[in-house]
Amino acid sequence: MALLAQQIPRWFSSINLRSFINATRFTKRFPRPGKTLLNGFCALPQLSSDNYFLQWGYKTYRTSSLWNSSQSTNSSGQESNSAQSTLLPAVSEQTEKTQKIPSFDSELSLEELDDLPALSPLQLISEEEAIQITADPPLPPASFTLQDYVDHSETLQKLVLLGVDLSKIEKHPDAANLLLRLDFEKDIKQILLFLKDLGLEDNQLGTFLTKNYAIFSEDLENLKIRVAYLQSKNFSKAEIAQMVRNAPFLLSFSVERLDNRLGFFQKELELSVKKTRDLVVRLPRLLTGSLEPVKENMKVYRLELGFKRNEIQHMITKIPKMLTANKRKLTETFDYVHNVMNIPHHIIVKFPQVFNTKLLKVKERHLFLAYLGRAQYDPAKPNYISLDKLVSIPDIANASVQDFEKFLKTL
Amino acid sequence: MGSSGLARLHGLFAVYKPPGLKWLHLRDTVEMQLLKGLNACKPPAPKQRVRFLLCPAEGSEEKELTLTATSVPTLTDHPLVRGPAFTNLKIGVGHRLDVHASGVLVLAVGHGCRLLTDLYDTHLTKVYTVRGLLGKATDDFKEHGRLVEKTTYDHVTREKLERVLSVVQGSHQKALVMYSNLDLQSQEAYEMAVRGVIRPMSKSPMLICGVRCLHFAPPEFLLEVQCMHETQQQLRKLVHEIGLELKTTAVCSQVRRTCDGFFTLDDALLRTQWNLHSIQDAIQAAAPRVAAELEKNLRPQSGTEQLPGPAGPGVSGCPNSTLGVGH
Repeated sequence: MALLAQQIPRWFSSINLRSFINATRFTKRFPRPGKTLLNGFCALPQLSSDNYFLQWGYKTYRTSSLWNSSQSTNSSGQESNSAQSTLLPAVSEQTEKTQKIPSFDSELSLEELDDLPALSPLQLISEEEAIQITADPPLPPASFTLQDYVDHSETLQKLVLLGVDLSKIEKHPDAANLLLRLDFEKDIKQILLFLKDLGLEDNQLGTFLTKNYAIFSEDLENLKIRVAYLQSKNFSKAEIAQMVRNAPFLLSFSVERLDNRLGFFQKELELSVKKTRDLVVRLPRLLTGSLEPVKENMKVYRLELGFKRNEIQHMITKIPKMLTANKRKLTETFDYVHNVMNIPHHIIVKFPQVFNTKLLKVKERHLFLAYLGRAQYDPAKPNYISLDKLVSIPDIANASVQDFEKFLKTL
Repeated sequence: MGSSGLARLHGLFAVYKPPGLKWLHLRDTVEMQLLKGLNACKPPAPKQRVRFLLCPAEGSEEKELTLTATSVPTLTDHPLVRGPAFTNLKIGVGHRLDVHASGVLVLAVGHGCRLLTDLYDTHLTKVYTVRGLLGKATDDFKEHGRLVEKTTYDHVTREKLERVLSVVQGSHQKALVMYSNLDLQSQEAYEMAVRGVIRPMSKSPMLICGVRCLHFAPPEFLLEVQCMHETQQQLRKLVHEIGLELKTTAVCSQVRRTCDGFFTLDDALLRTQWNLHSIQDAIQAAAPRVAAELEKNLRPQSGTEQLPGPAGPGVSGCPNSTLGVGH
């Protein structure tokens, strides 16, 4: 009597519904499923793999049925199930998603199952019932893009509406699988509320989640402990929010790792605690990025470029980005500024923005000034042009943009 | 909006390459800027798909749900799900410039890439300004190369330089005629020579159609060179050889292309103008000239042409060049 799952052919499930559709009226409340279909379920507890198969096929009914009712409360449970289905590689057969509204009462009585009349595939059905059977194209069991699943998964839809860029996340298959597996109500919502408590705005959640999708696999308790740790280090709430916004991976770092990194910066830069804190708040990716480039850059500044320790500290507090700048670009820029433009160290220290600008820009403007005869960088002499004016304002030396462009075409 | 932006993005345009930038990086930068501009356009309205859903049938008292075709918005084509609309563009580069050279560089987008080979086949000349420095010799003929020799240059005067230049031009004139594979006894060749249109229409070594000295202030001097089938390194070698002819040495400090066929400095876009709108405008502005020039060159080269008029400025098509071949 027990029908094995594999023995239920595709058409059988669709024809099954005929009797059900005849038997019951569709109302807002979901009526019971056709009994003959569930015959197979009697055998289920013994067959685990079949269980999955049928769960998948079975619950797809719910997916399609609940499609038209967006306010359904079961939708959340829906999504994890339909999502599970997409990850099953073993599923080769795919049952048609038939238009039916069963309700899955977990306690199905076997007597009720026996009461349903047996259906035969050769039974004739009327036109209206035939029309009622809809067969949507089945979901692919495995795909390289989330486009195939976005219309069937409310989790994904809500994430898109939040502003998460799924096209970037689908490049990491583990992340995509994780998101499909998750249930919006149960898992994601809690973390989103936690992030909002932290101070992230609604429109910033999208970019945050695009970068750090792995936060969903973190434990909420761990996240709270890390935030508590940061607060214990006297970071204010607004500062923590800003740090998390600019460096989304911050909360994925364990407490000891954060501790090590903060300690490293304090020792390496030899700044006061308050200044280190300000530095880290301004550029939180110092904490999340690799430490090797920072160590190398410190050596470059000290040994190769010849700055003294207090000069380096001053420059870094003004422009923290210098710590993570590209070594080759740094040396090239410094070489041009110091040797060609003949600007001594103490003036460079006053205007560290030159290290942040593109070398080509500095070169062009310097050559323009030299052509005009106004390349005077010594503050003692008249006609002095400071370095920050050199790099920042678009029209330099009171010349028009057209003149500058004409000059550029002669280079 | 994006599709109309792409529709106007087919053709040739010129760009000013600054010195120190590789031509490949330039091409990639232009591609990135164009993609940014195209992707910034407003995305089309979200698509809908038709689904047969159970909805209450109209006009029935019981709440019987029947299947009706309804249009449901779909998120499959949402930009956040599908990704950026444009991910790469076909951009080709015309006659290349090496890293230290600067000047007009012709680029082609989309269908314009087809025109690049045609442009190459027209064998138009290019005009360079070459800046030389007397008194030094380096291994790669550039100013900052490894120093090989230093010499004095007090004896060099402008007349001597111009004498050397005319010798250079004369020898290249002979080569021009030789490589153009014309039967010199024919009437067509005579008429072409009169018009000054003789030039090789196939592969040949570097040929200089004309050289003149624009500025001479020792140790610096500035030359204007009109040439074809050249590389910038050969131009630097030319400067070196001119120095040797003058019984001194010279290095080249700047090679700058002012004219490539009919693209001049005025058409070239600077780095600040490498965005979608400027490039579209530049393509539109250059399109009629490109079409005219290519058509002219695709016509069979017969000496008995009925329209000698438009061939006025000579072989190069550059209006600024006053160098006449054969003078």
